[in-house]
Amino acid sequence: MSDTTIPGTSGSPGTPRARHARHAKSPAQPARDPRSPKGPGPQDAKPAGLWSDAWHDLRRRPLFIASAVLICVILLMAAVPQLFTSVDPYDAAGCRLGDARQAPSSGHWFGTDSQGCDTFARTVYGTRVSLLVGLSATLVTTLVGGLLGLVAGFRGGWPDALLSRVAEIFFAVPSVLGALLILAVFRTGTMWTVMLALAMLAWPMTFRIMRAAVITAKGQDYVIAARALGASGGRLMFRHILPNSIASVIVVATVNLGVFIAAEAGLSFLGVGVQSPSISWGLMIADARPRFLEAASPLLFPAAFLSLTVLAFIMLGDAVRDALDPKLR
Amino acid sequence: MAATGSPILEVRDLVKHFPMTRGVLVRKQIGAIRAVDGVSFDLRRGETLGIVGESGCGKSTLAKLLMGLERPTSGSVRIKGREIADAKESELKRVRRTIQLVMQDPYTSLNPRMTVGDIVGEPYEIHPEAAPKGDRRRRVQALLELVGLNPDHISRYPHQFSGGQRQRIGIARGLALQPEILVCDEPVSALDVSIQAQVINLLARLQRELGLAYVFIAHDLSVVRHISDRVGVMYLGKMVELGRDAEIYGQPAHPYTQALLSAAPVPDPEGRERRRRIVLQGDPPSPASPPSGCRFRTRCWKAQEICAQQEPPLQLRPGTWHESACHFAEVYDAMRSF
Amino acid sequence: MTSTPPLPAWGTGGGENEPLLTVEDLHVEFTTRQGVVKAVNGVSYALRAGETLAVLGESGSGKSVTAQAIMGILDTPPARIPKGRVRFRGTDLLRLSEDARSQFRGRRISMIFQDALSALNPVFTVGSQIGEMFQVHQGVSRRDAERRAVELMDRVRIPGARQRLHDYPHQFSGGMRQRIMIAMAIALDPEVLIADEPTTALDVTVQAQIMELLAEVQRESGMGLILITHDLGVVADVADKIVVMYGGRVVENAPVHDVYRSPAHPYTRGLLESVPRIDRKGRELYAIAGMPPNLLDMPPGCAFAPRCPYRQDNCVTDPVPLYRIGATRGSACHYWREVLDGGHG
Repeated sequence: MSDTTIPGTSGSPGTPRARHARHAKSPAQPARDPRSPKGPGPQDAKPAGLWSDAWHDLRRRPLFIASAVLICVILLMAAVPQLFTSVDPYDAAGCRLGDARQAPSSGHWFGTDSQGCDTFARTVYGTRVSLLVGLSATLVTTLVGGLLGLVAGFRGGWPDALLSRVAEIFFAVPSVLGALLILAVFRTGTMWTVMLALAMLAWPMTFRIMRAAVITAKGQDYVIAARALGASGGRLMFRHILPNSIASVIVVATVNLGVFIAAEAGLSFLGVGVQSPSISWGLMIADARPRFLEAASPLLFPAAFLSLTVLAFIMLGDAVRDALDPKLR
Repeated sequence: MAATGSPILEVRDLVKHFPMTRGVLVRKQIGAIRAVDGVSFDLRRGETLGIVGESGCGKSTLAKLLMGLERPTSGSVRIKGREIADAKESELKRVRRTIQLVMQDPYTSLNPRMTVGDIVGEPYEIHPEAAPKGDRRRRVQALLELVGLNPDHISRYPHQFSGGQRQRIGIARGLALQPEILVCDEPVSALDVSIQAQVINLLARLQRELGLAYVFIAHDLSVVRHISDRVGVMYLGKMVELGRDAEIYGQPAHPYTQALLSAAPVPDPEGRERRRRIVLQGDPPSPASPPSGCRFRTRCWKAQEICAQQEPPLQLRPGTWHESACHFAEVYDAMRSF
Repeated sequence: MTSTPPLPAWGTGGGENEPLLTVEDLHVEFTTRQGVVKAVNGVSYALRAGETLAVLGESGSGKSVTAQAIMGILDTPPARIPKGRVRFRGTDLLRLSEDARSQFRGRRISMIFQDALSALNPVFTVGSQIGEMFQVHQGVSRRDAERRAVELMDRVRIPGARQRLHDYPHQFSGGMRQRIMIAMAIALDPEVLIADEPTTALDVTVQAQIMELLAEVQRESGMGLILITHDLGVVADVADKIVVMYGGRVVENAPVHDVYRSPAHPYTRGLLESVPRIDRKGRELYAIAGMPPNLLDMPPGCAFAPRCPYRQDNCVTDPVPLYRIGATRGSACHYWREVLDGGHG
């Protein structure tokens, strides 16, 4: 049986330090794993990290590419609406009451609303407010909730107790009522006040999800192993715990984005959100609702844009989450 | 390599109690889990000390205490003469270059979102003085080769490896800082039998080549016997017997050790009908409320009055050549029938 | 040397009594995202009444999947049984309807698992879970069921059975929970008990208690016991016959003493030499090189060939039958004679 036991251990002993550098050329098992899904791939040779590998992977996902293209178009629409339509809906002269509630035609692709304004132009121009509210509220929610959740979950003790109680208080406020209250304080609704109201009410959810994920990750063996190596708190948090707890937050963020855009619509509908003459999808839907049966297109088109945008971000979130999990690659 | 010289690890009267609290706002301590309750031993350079015991005996807490991952309630842990029980974080960090850890579960002890290169190289990022930046990649590859892995797999993720290979990655990480002591907490118990032998042989080879000292914690008596020079047996937070492997396995003096040895199955059916077994009754008591006196007395067939009143210290006893903690210590070859 | 005729695989010699349970050429595969996992590839074994058959193998050897196929508790899909028979007293269980099948499960063939905590329902008391066996299968009243639950708990030696009847699973220790599992498994006096790694999660001293209990229950009832384990020590202690599995196939079957005295398959030999021994201090352990086969991509020849010191060219290409060795043994190795003679290749 000697031919199969580990050879190569008969070398003369040196000092412990020196011997570390020497290679024992005697793997007891073939190092190449026949079970690993890929052979030695091209990226085996160069150093890689989670994020660069994720990016490498993302670029090859059709789901990611489709959603990214869609989001680019939407962003462009928000930034430079003039590119998409020559009609300026903010110019009241463009609307003719005589053309009210027309069906889609070559002149008005999406028809006109009850004021006789071009629905396509309004939908395109509405992108900016809807997207800004949705994105900024998502960003604030995710950053605030995520960061506080990370700290609370990682530190535990009184910071956790304090933050959790505060989050619970916000949780207990019914969201519509809460938003109404907050917006009433500001009197005039702008997209920034709407954003603030939404973020204030939504962060506790992200906080709780992050906190739970962090507490789970904190107890994992690899975190203990890193502690045994002497890793600092920051390293533990950002190198080990965050990458392993971020997936659920990404999912919540993409869902939140859709919820926020829809909520902006709801608040505008209730009259405390963005006010006319600003244009947002929410406002358009609210305006078109009473006469939906006579003219559906002023409601359907902004609603379709809203759904498409939300869908694009949810797909993006899914793709990013999968790409950040090496096991799913 | 034979154990030589002065101890590099000295543990004295080590105690760790985990408080049990009740109440949400005002926390009140209602008791304590006495996970480790007065353990002392030495470890010499190049030596392997095996620690055996069943679940709940405190052996994993002991590993954490040795690693400075838990602060002891009292007692002392000295590594190369340096006290770590009450050391500052910065001091502890320096000590970590001397003592490192290999964990049990190769599936949870590696960060799934880091590449193997990052995992094995992380010690150098935490201790930048240990290796110059330009040299780290080469060192990581050398480490992978040392533990029998393909150094080209540096960019792979843990899930692309089998359990045995993952355990090798964990060992490579533990070796990166060139420690002198490796604390192995059940390093092979999650592996299949055929893979277990590979990892045990690897640990043995590394010890010979690098002059490492091991604290080898396991519940598997055969594995511990195979790799250890000396063995300590733990029961409910106490060391009940400590001696050279031949003494513990050949002439156990503590009834618990005898029962443990006699209960361990032997992979040989010859003469099994004649084999006599000490089968203990019941389960170990809770470490939250250990019995008075000797902790083993509730399951011991030798227990008498004195066992409930007086706790037997770990010491040399008449007729034995190694330390045991039993008032009625008596050598009995639990395995003579094998 | 390949002249020995292949063993009609399920018979390991003409016993005086008919086998209680036979597994014949069983195949099980799982459809996964990565492809078809061939977990069991033609397994055959036989169990007689009162006998303890140990099925020995490492993770992925197919030992548990075979047992689950016998019990009929595989989820189909993803699992599929393309081929094979499981005969219990002559009836092929695999051909039965689900209704007919459930007449066997738990009543005539029952099973215990490694993880007793997750196998027991955490929200019901152990008394009601044991009693349920009688209520469901025999339609006895709740009072009677409870009374018989206490009897059973006494029989598996749970101290203070009557008081503990109304305790929940988490209030018991690991060893006691395994006793509860055993109580439930033997409640209806099954003829076959399958124990899947029953002591793997337990401490050594508790393991000894549970194995003793199983042996005692078996002695009293005369049932056949299939013990599925990876532990060569436990097998040596209690088994009458051994089936060694590797890569979803039986590589060796034999009476227990034969296997330990002189293994006839290189894998068995490697396993025996790779375990550290408590009764002696060895030198270096023999380590089987390499890793278990990829069940997604099984080689056409012997699954062990890539790791085998006896390997010849034909091992990689030719399928290996289970060669008959004498009256009671079988080995799936072309070179079993060399292996029996000892030495490594």
